[in-house]
Formats: sequence, structure tokens, C-alpha cells
Amino acid sequence: MPDTGTITSGGIGDAVQRKEDFRFLTGRGTYTDDINRMGQTYAVFVRSPHAHAKIRSVDTSAASQASGVVSILTGADMVADEVGSLICGWNVVDRHGEGHKAPPHPPLAHDTVKHVGDQVAVVIAETLSEAQAAAELVEVDYEVLAANVDTGSALSGPEIHPEAPSNLCYDWILGEEADVDKALANSAHVTELDIINNRLVPNPMEPRAAIGEYDMATGEYTCFSTSQNPHVLRLILCAFVLGIPETKLKVIAPDVGGGFGSKIFCYAEETTCVWASKKIGRPVKWTSTRSEAFLTDAHGRDHVSHVKLGLDANGKFTALKVETIANMGAYLSTFASSVPTYLYATLLAGQYTTPVIFCNTKAVFTNTVAVDAYRGAGRPEATFVVERIVETAARELGVDPAELRRKNFIQPDQFPYDTPVALTYDTGNYEASLDKAMGMIDYAGFPARRAKSEANGKKRGLGISAYIEACGIAPSAVVGSLGAGVGLWESAQVRFNATGSVSVFTGSHSHGQGHETAFAQLAATKLGIPFENVEVVHGDTSKVPMGMGTYGSRSLAVGGSAIDRACDKIIEKGKKVAAHLLEAAVEDIEFADGNFTVAGTDKSKAMEEIVFAAYVPHDYPEGVEPGMDETAFYDPGNFTYPAGTHIAEVEIDEATGVTEIVDWVAVDDFGNVINPMIVEGQVHGGIAQGVGQALLEGTVYDKDSGQLVTGSYMDYCMPRADDLPSFRVDMTTTACTHNPLGVKGCGEAGAIAAPAALINAITDATGAVTVEMPATPERVWRALQENN
Amino acid sequence: MKLEGTYIINASKEEVWKAMNDPAILQQAIPGCESLEKISDTQFTAVIKAKIGPVKASFTGEVNLENLNPPHSYTLTGEGKGGLAGFATGSADVSLNEHNDGTELIYLVDAQVGGKIAQIGSRLVGGAAKKLSDKFFSRFAAVINGEEENPE
Repeated sequence: MPDTGTITSGGIGDAVQRKEDFRFLTGRGTYTDDINRMGQTYAVFVRSPHAHAKIRSVDTSAASQASGVVSILTGADMVADEVGSLICGWNVVDRHGEGHKAPPHPPLAHDTVKHVGDQVAVVIAETLSEAQAAAELVEVDYEVLAANVDTGSALSGPEIHPEAPSNLCYDWILGEEADVDKALANSAHVTELDIINNRLVPNPMEPRAAIGEYDMATGEYTCFSTSQNPHVLRLILCAFVLGIPETKLKVIAPDVGGGFGSKIFCYAEETTCVWASKKIGRPVKWTSTRSEAFLTDAHGRDHVSHVKLGLDANGKFTALKVETIANMGAYLSTFASSVPTYLYATLLAGQYTTPVIFCNTKAVFTNTVAVDAYRGAGRPEATFVVERIVETAARELGVDPAELRRKNFIQPDQFPYDTPVALTYDTGNYEASLDKAMGMIDYAGFPARRAKSEANGKKRGLGISAYIEACGIAPSAVVGSLGAGVGLWESAQVRFNATGSVSVFTGSHSHGQGHETAFAQLAATKLGIPFENVEVVHGDTSKVPMGMGTYGSRSLAVGGSAIDRACDKIIEKGKKVAAHLLEAAVEDIEFADGNFTVAGTDKSKAMEEIVFAAYVPHDYPEGVEPGMDETAFYDPGNFTYPAGTHIAEVEIDEATGVTEIVDWVAVDDFGNVINPMIVEGQVHGGIAQGVGQALLEGTVYDKDSGQLVTGSYMDYCMPRADDLPSFRVDMTTTACTHNPLGVKGCGEAGAIAAPAALINAITDATGAVTVEMPATPERVWRALQENN
Repeated sequence: MKLEGTYIINASKEEVWKAMNDPAILQQAIPGCESLEKISDTQFTAVIKAKIGPVKASFTGEVNLENLNPPHSYTLTGEGKGGLAGFATGSADVSLNEHNDGTELIYLVDAQVGGKIAQIGSRLVGGAAKKLSDKFFSRFAAVINGEEENPE
């Protein structure tokens, strides 16, 4: 743990229990589905059972006669109302200077359906069961078209959008191909690997839900939603889809039970509920079933890559070439285009000094649900590429994989370090985390442990993953130049009440991250007031001034920094009030531990006294506004770069191919830490998700029919407690150099590091070059047969 | 998904062929068949209730008889819509051969399912379809043979 000096209860560095857990653990949270509005109706979507089909007709006549039906709306109704297409907010410019292909994405399909689960109509009824029953009666006549679901062959498959010939969304590059080819040609050794990053279904515990409501008296809409970023949802709904001013739509995302990226996006369902609420003049509620979640939540990953790593005679990396096909699904989701480009290729330097890197990403459309950001978003794919090829190179050359990594690490004295893939790492110490992890797992003792396992008929393997990620995507000017349609700042408002309690309004959204606790610790420490006096308010566009939401491990680095800045403004104003009350010059007032003191004296006023004076300004400085309520916007100067080393050790049963994870050490550098317990929890959860990807979770669309055949928990395997070891988690710390808190972000690290560590361990144990994810017992058993 | 099977039916080829074109007999034999109406000599509409794994659905659809080669063979093609449960389409090549114990019936089914059935039940569809086919042909044989039918 970082040394944070004296820890006060609830201050920065204290592993204080989470404020929100009482309501979550006792079933008292308020989720979107818990909310019911006066006169509410229920929506059930009629979805395509086909992967690709023309809609010949939609017959709603029988359904509209069914009991309780209020309205049935189709794509034609949306066209008539000029409802806009759902948008992608990041325009990726391809290698020829052309913008990506973003074909129309109608919230309700009207001429063709492009994936199983595509919305065709919505049935709105008095009760949910009436809506379900009536939805059964909607007759859609389809002309089935050939389906195209396979990432690797999508470019030559049936065409999905006339706007995107050969199903190509973009053909994008980063780096100089000629330089990389030349360096590879001159390398003493070149390692090549085909790498598949398996497609994942996000599976947050709470499925998506939405309520749209329209107030005829004020002309104002309200959208209750399971969104990770309510302000961005409001922006997209208002400016791009429904064409209403932002003053006329309130988005409220109350308690949200996990998102992992899948709740960043603007989806068809909330759009439809908001639109329909005005049409029928009543609130419209939709709650996803788990089956719908499988079919319609944006999926993650799904890359097919060919990778070449060059090394010189001393084992120094000379060049890296990565060619990737990335599946976008049937439509471009909100940030889909940025994931396999700016969040992926830019991380291909990893922790290493590889001098030249080239990446080509071809993004393709398929008849599958959209693919977009999922915990890590591009960075797990990059780490998997880098750490798999480095490990493979070490094995081919017969050198210690840890030493090969060490030899190529960027050294602490090289920061700030400009990578060949556009990023500038501000700080880090990669050897420190590698050394600590090797010590924790007793790296030197591995051969003895392996021998012992062999004696018991088990294959033992060890896998290292030295990952890096880029969090708190920034700064706005840079991401704007790369195609982002939005700024990536965050806002915070810190409002004292007269009696000394504080409301912190943040544009970051908490859906499991513990912001109500960590942000309160931050504000309490900064303002020198008790932790209990701080309430964090988020998830309501009518309360929080502005926001960009939660994703990419940005909340503390960007949102926390905005809170820090707003607290600075409070302190600055407080100094003016204190100077007046203490009869001193403003420059002589010092603020520490909640007290304003005249420098060099014992004359002092507590924060609470200053705040009271600001709201009851009977004795108050001239020219200073009453009140103590400040807002700040923070636009980071750079990404943050959390990094570290995870080492997994596995034992494999030769007879069954079952992999048991027998040990896992994680040493992460997240910069400064506000609440070590929350951070450790994030690491545990992230690793569990990474283990899920590597061992258990596989999304399968049938190649011929395009049906999602892993559409339930019977066929899609999620990690459970007994799949996981007791993780051993530690940290090293280099503080981020460019944000006021020195923090980096921890939400995605585990999911980024874990798959490569595990597959490196499994390939080490089996002797196979590759075992595809998920490394099921069958695949591992086959690998054992082929290599022994 | 492909299925095949062979049954021996204790009746002449002509008798079996007639039964294969008789809606009343087919309705008795098809598991879960609630109605089967003849629209023409080669076209039927059917309502069939089926349960595959956790998915229960009522399929409404058309059945067509094609490639008629009486009394030797035909192809049954069908398409059933199960509402929110999805759909099933398929064809069955059925041929009859003379056999010492009567008639040998050989079938080859090629079927696809979509929507919720595929999403939840794909792994179970093969087994369920095999079971339904077996049930159909054993009932079919029983009806022809005039045996007492035990509907479930």
C-alpha cells in the first residue's frame, strides 16, 4: 500500500467500508426497475428471430385487439416521426483519409433486420404480461437473407449495408508499415502468432431498463435509465435522435447494478420509451430480460489478429507488426469505432521500448449485435497481443520470459516516454512490479513446484502478464483531433450547506465502483471535514451540472480531479472570508486540516465557521459573494498509465484437461490510492472477469444461421467463486504526474492483465503454442494430446 | 441440424403411403399437434405445441408435400412460427421400401431453428428433435397398425 502518512478515519488512504453497501446488501437500493410512475405502461419489443432478413410486412391487427394493448409502434412510425439514427460518436478516419462507414441504425428497424434480436416493433400495454401476450400476436413476414457472422471471413461474406461495400467499416493504420517491415527483415529472430480475442457478453448483474415519461404541461421528458453516463445519453437523445433541447430532457440513472461498458451506450430501447411516452401520453417502462441482454447488450472484444515481433541477437525487440480484423457487429454502437483503434493500437508498445510499431485494423460489419467497449475496451486486446507474443518469443528463443521482459522494459529514467504509437507515458516503474510479483509467487521455486505436480500426474504452468493501460482518456483537444465527437473532461460541484454538511455533485456515475465512498473520502480530506458530512450526488442531469460519465477507469483520475479543483475554489473563497473575520491579509491565511489560520499565529477559524459566515453574512468581506458552492471542470493533460505484473500459476489434470488456478499474484501501480479496499475489490473483480474470458466465456453465433447459440447461462459460462483462487494483491506506486491527486485508475486492470497471464500459464503447462480462449477442458485436453 | 432414422411398419407400402397423406392420421401421430387442416392435396396448415428445454411454444405453420412419387417417396417441407419463441423450418425426405415385415420407412430430416429456441435450447434441439421424430414414427406405425394409441 502507498504511504499516505497519517490516516484519519474516512480520509484518503483509509480502507473505510463503503457507504453504499448498506442499501445494496440489504436489498434497499433503488434501481430503474424499482421505479414505477403514475399511469405507467409496459413495453415489450418484437425482435427479429433471423440474423439477416428483409421485412416484407408487419401485421399488428390481431395484436392491437389483444387485452390491455395501448399502442403498437413500428419502424414506419419512427420514420414518420423523423426519429434519427442511433449514432457513433467517434469518427475514425481510415488510411485513405476517409471517415468510417456509419450506416443508419434505426431504433426500430423498418426495412431490414441485421441481427438476431434487432427491434422491429414495440407493444405497449397496461401490464407486462399483456404486452408479452400481444407481442406474440404481431406477425412479421420476413424474407430471410444469408447471414454473415464470422469475424475472420466477414469481408468476403454476404453484404450487410449498401453503405459499406465488402462489410468494411474502415481500414485504419497507425505507424509506418515500411519501417516496420524493414526492421522485421533485419531482425535476428521474428516470432509470429495468430491471436483470437474471443467475443464476450457483458452480463452486468442488473439488466438494462428504461422508463420514458412526458409531461404535457411543461413539454419536458424524463428518462430513467441504467446508464453509465446520463449526460451523454441526454446529449445523444436530444441532439441526434429525438431533436429536442437538452433543457427538455432529464436523464436519471439511479442505482445501477454494474455496467462494464455495456451501459455507456445509447440504445434503441430507451430511445423508444422516451419517444413513445409522448405519443401515448403515458410513461413507458421497459426492463430487459436476461435473454434480451444476451441478444442486445453491446458485446465486447472479438478480434482476429496476425502478429509479428522482431528481436535482435541480444533479445531486444526491434519491431512489432499487428494486423487485426475487429468485429463491429451489425451497427456502429456509440463508441465502437474507437475501441480497436485509439484504445488498442496505441497500447501496443506495452511496457517495452519496441522502437517501431505498425498496426492495421480492419473493422467489419457482421450480422451480430454491436460490439463496443467492455471492461478494458481495446486495452485487454492490446495486452493480450503483446504479452502473448513476448511470451512466445521467449519460449522460441529458450530464454527466461521474465528476463526477456526485463531487458526490454522502459526504464524509470526514460519518463516521460514517447512510444511509437502516439502516447506519452508520464511515469512508471515496470521492473519494480515485476520483481515484487516474482518475489511473491516465488518464481525461483517454480521448477520444484512443477516437479511436485508432475509427480501427482498434473501439468503445472506459470504465466506472466506485464500489462499497461491508458485510463482517463484525454485531453479533449487530442481526442477531438482523433475523431471523438465529445470532450472528455469531467465536472464537479461542491456545495456546503450552512450547517457544514457538503454535497459533492459529480458527472461520473457510480454503478458498483464505490464513488459515494471514495469521492467522500477525497472531499473530506481536502476540506478537512468529517467523512460522514459528505454526500456524493450523481446520476441525475437535473442535479449534476454536467458530466461525461464513467468508463475507461476515468472516474477518479478525471472526475476526482474535478472535485479536487472545486474544493480548491472553496478553499480560496474560504480564505477571503477567513481573512476578513481574522482581520488579516488573504495572502497570510493558510488552510490545513479544516482550519484557516493566520500564518505564524494561533488565530484560526474552522471550515464550519467560515461556511456559516458565508451563508449568514452578517459580518462579511465586501465584494465577496455569499454562499459556499463552487463548480469546476477538469480536462486532463494526458491519459494516466496504470501498469503492473500479474503472474498466474495453474495445474492441469492430464486426464480431463481441467485447469485449476493454484496461485495468482497481482502487483499493480495505480498511483496514489484513496481507498485501498475498494481498489483491491476492483482488482479482484477485474481478474475474475479476465479469468472468465480466458477459461469460460465464449460467445458463439452459428455460422450458417447466424443464431446466437450461447444465449443463456446454460451455454454461456460465467466465472464462479470456485473457479478462482484467493488472489494475492499488492502494489507499487509511482504517482501520476499530471493530475492533482497523483491517481491513475484501477477499474479495468484485472480484466486487462488476466487473460494473457492465464493463457501463458496454460501454454506453459501444455507445451502448446496457442490454446484458444476460452481454454475449456476440451481445448486444453486436445492441446495436451497434440503436444505430449 | 440433420436427423435420420428407419422404421419398420407392419403394413403394405400402399397402406403406409395413404396414411402419410391422411391429415387425420398425421395429426394423431404428430406429438403436440393441436390441429392439422388440409388446404389442398399437398398443403396443410398445422398448430403444434412443443417444448424444447425451457422453451414452450405453439408453432403455427404450413406443411407442404413435394417431390411426390407415390407410393415410394415424398419430401415434407415446413415452416413454423412460434412467436417470441422463434421459428423452426425444415424438410424431411421420406421414402418407403418393401420389407419382409411390411414396409421400411426411411427419413432424413434437415431442420433449422431460430430466435429464442436457438438462443436457449440449441444444445437441446438435437435431442428433442430426435425424441419427437421417434415419437412421431412410432405413433404413426401404431395408428396404421390399428394399435391402441396412448397420447401423452
